Amino acid sequence: MTETASETPLVEMRGICKSFPGVQASDNIDLHLDRGEVLALLGENGAGKSTLMNILSGLYRQDSGDVFIRGRKVDIRSPRDAADLGIGMVHQNFMLVDTMSVAENVILGMASLAFVPDMAAVKRSILELGERYNMKVDPDAFIWQLSVGEQQRVEILKQLYRKAEILVLDEPTAVLTPQESHELNDVVKRMQAEGKSAVFITHKMDEVIAFSDRVMVLRKGKVVAEKTTRETDPKDLARVMVGREILFHIEKAPFSPGAVVLELKDVCAEDERGLPALRELSLQLRTGEILGIAGVAGNGQRELSEVITGLRPVKSGGISINCVDATNHTPLQIINSGVSHIPQDRIAVGAVGDMSVANNLAMKDYRSAPIASGLLIFPWRILEFARRMIGAFNIATPSPETMVKFLSGGNIQKTILAREIEACGSLLIAVYPSRGLDIGATESVRKQLVAQRDAGKAVLLVSEDIEELLCVADTIAVMYDGKAVGVMPAEGADPQEIGLLMAGVSPSGKESRP
Amino acid sequence: MTLVFEKRKTVSKTAIVVVPFISFAVSLVLTGVLLVTFGANPFETFAAMFKGAFGSGRAFTETLVKAIPLMLTGLGVALAFKLRFWNIGAEGQLTLAGVAATWVAVYWSPWLPAPILLPMLVLVGCAAGALWAGIPALLKTSLKVDETLVTLMLNYVAILISQFLYYGPWRDPKGFGFPGTEMFPKAAWFPRIAGRAHIGLYFALVAAAVLWFVLQRTRWGFELKVIGNSPKAARYQGISVERNILLAVLLSGALCGLAGVGEVAGISRRLQQGLSLGYGYTAIIVAWMAQLNPLAIPFVAIIMGGLLVGGDQVQMVMGLPSSMGLLMQGMMLFPMLAGSLFTEYRIKRMTGTQTREAARGGV
Repeated sequence: MTETASETPLVEMRGICKSFPGVQASDNIDLHLDRGEVLALLGENGAGKSTLMNILSGLYRQDSGDVFIRGRKVDIRSPRDAADLGIGMVHQNFMLVDTMSVAENVILGMASLAFVPDMAAVKRSILELGERYNMKVDPDAFIWQLSVGEQQRVEILKQLYRKAEILVLDEPTAVLTPQESHELNDVVKRMQAEGKSAVFITHKMDEVIAFSDRVMVLRKGKVVAEKTTRETDPKDLARVMVGREILFHIEKAPFSPGAVVLELKDVCAEDERGLPALRELSLQLRTGEILGIAGVAGNGQRELSEVITGLRPVKSGGISINCVDATNHTPLQIINSGVSHIPQDRIAVGAVGDMSVANNLAMKDYRSAPIASGLLIFPWRILEFARRMIGAFNIATPSPETMVKFLSGGNIQKTILAREIEACGSLLIAVYPSRGLDIGATESVRKQLVAQRDAGKAVLLVSEDIEELLCVADTIAVMYDGKAVGVMPAEGADPQEIGLLMAGVSPSGKESRP
Repeated sequence: MTLVFEKRKTVSKTAIVVVPFISFAVSLVLTGVLLVTFGANPFETFAAMFKGAFGSGRAFTETLVKAIPLMLTGLGVALAFKLRFWNIGAEGQLTLAGVAATWVAVYWSPWLPAPILLPMLVLVGCAAGALWAGIPALLKTSLKVDETLVTLMLNYVAILISQFLYYGPWRDPKGFGFPGTEMFPKAAWFPRIAGRAHIGLYFALVAAAVLWFVLQRTRWGFELKVIGNSPKAARYQGISVERNILLAVLLSGALCGLAGVGEVAGISRRLQQGLSLGYGYTAIIVAWMAQLNPLAIPFVAIIMGGLLVGGDQVQMVMGLPSSMGLLMQGMMLFPMLAGSLFTEYRIKRMTGTQTREAARGGV
């Protein structure tokens, strides 16, 4: 059995084709995966990575082509068939029931389940699995109590509990902090050591390098390259993925900062749980400057953007915008003082999915001329305004009246960006603006931020991508545990040093956590 | 192969117009089947119902009498529903407004100059409706108390208050023990237009037009739309969610209250038993059938009023139970609700796995 397994691939997909109305999502794709191997599927949004894996996990059905598991031709008709074959998929949007416990979620939907499941045994094996793979999760915790990273662990535990041999991870790190990504990498390595295999979908080059043994690059439904990870580098991969050289460098005017736009002095604030999120944070931002906030997610970055925009109360300390006190002003007052905000959660906060692109674009400018005069607004002026914005910001939408939820992530972000930039007076706050976007969209977002800075506005850019900060920002401040632990000019900044500061290690070598 | 619903990217404009008519036809067929099982000829019955509701001037004014409170409460709950505030307390808001209007009509009239009696009656009535809706709105916005339960339970409180008053302290001493207050003075009567149909009709039509305008063409309407779709996004855009919900629900209660004022000042001219025939609940059906569109509400309300009046006729002419009208109301709601799906979704034939793909796509 083991003999043959080493010869015949564990998974083999031959000539897979799948089309959706108007799109050839998979175009004659061949794929193989060996036992104990980690394969990366790299490609931009819409390249057909998820489609291919959804076929393998029984959610979609190929139009033509065959799938072989352990050398045997199989017909995967449902996720349950896939589970029986040892295939488990962790989706990008977790399929967990918020109001149920971890243990309940793990066994939910299993084919072989006793009428009254032995929950004590389930919990025991969850703890055992957690021990074995170094993924600690409390089996009695409710899903809503868990962080996104922990929820992902539950999803993986769920698959391990079901004895998955082939784990498919769909953009697993999109929602994770660098720390958590690292831990995920450990889990995958442990599984690999046990002879399990994994396919993981991504559009980030560095992850490919860190996670995989072999990489397959997809573009527009076709395999455009297949390489052993060791024999490639990020630049090479990026070129193949996009089909052209990518500018990792962005042209910008020389740095010449002006008057102070934003000043925070010893600001303290609390998070939802009432724990301190910002501890006497002080920052300064000038016109014509991009201040990059580096840091592992969850060190107060979101709270920082929220106290400035009036969405979160300041406990002590002061904030001034354009030298006028703006501490604990209402969100509307802040907006009126010329502050724009690209929020972290673009789907739930930044945009309204059930409203049209036009209405979403008008969501800031509806208060003033030309859309409004007095208390009235004019729908045709909203459309006119929207058409102009769609053109200026290259938003790909069937029409201005299309609901935002039907756009791709990149175009939703462009919609938000268009609205916020259009309404921006002096300060633009962008929180993870390129998170989850493909290279093309990322590039256009970064260019827009630089354009705002070149136009003399102040930009606060929160990012966890050091490379992004180095190429976009003028000044970098590292946030750790609610404080700015280091402020430095971006030019000539050492990524290693930033990394250490992000991890809470001061350059002198001591941990700065009290 | 299975049939599945696929969400349309843009709402079909044709479907919005056509679907209600098809739904209505389907409901007629369903009711027809029901009538046949009762041994009645469906065509004769429908003809009798139609004649009873719209066949003569008198019939039509009676239909309007029922339609007026349905329009006003329908508009009221539709406004609240737009904000995802489930106001099912229109019945209570209507009743309490009736009580308040009665208080003005009977107890203020001795000293209040006659010309301002009627405006005062309307004002106090609407304020009472707004107050009754304001309680659950305030509880919701300040303490996050679920509004569904509070609005529903306040209905019983309002009805019991009104009963206490017309059985007790407000009972007409010259009423031969009949439960009800004394008749309002003439100055407190709503002028009638034709038959028993009163000027509440004008109020309702103007309210529908104004509400449509406010929702479509004002900044406040735009803000309400954002709040209804995503309170989080609204807050981020600097829109005060709590204050606007409170304001809109007060207005919702005031509209429902206006219905109650019309009932006491336009129809019974006193507070007595049977103030509302469940208008506040039928209003929920009216609002949904009109898909929360203020301009559609008057038409739907007239159809609903026609069903109520026509149902009575069926009883008299065909010897069928009058509840047939109510049955038909229910029979209409299902195809309408099902039909409203078609404006947002379309049916697609699919194979087994495609079904799951579509289900995933919907998430």
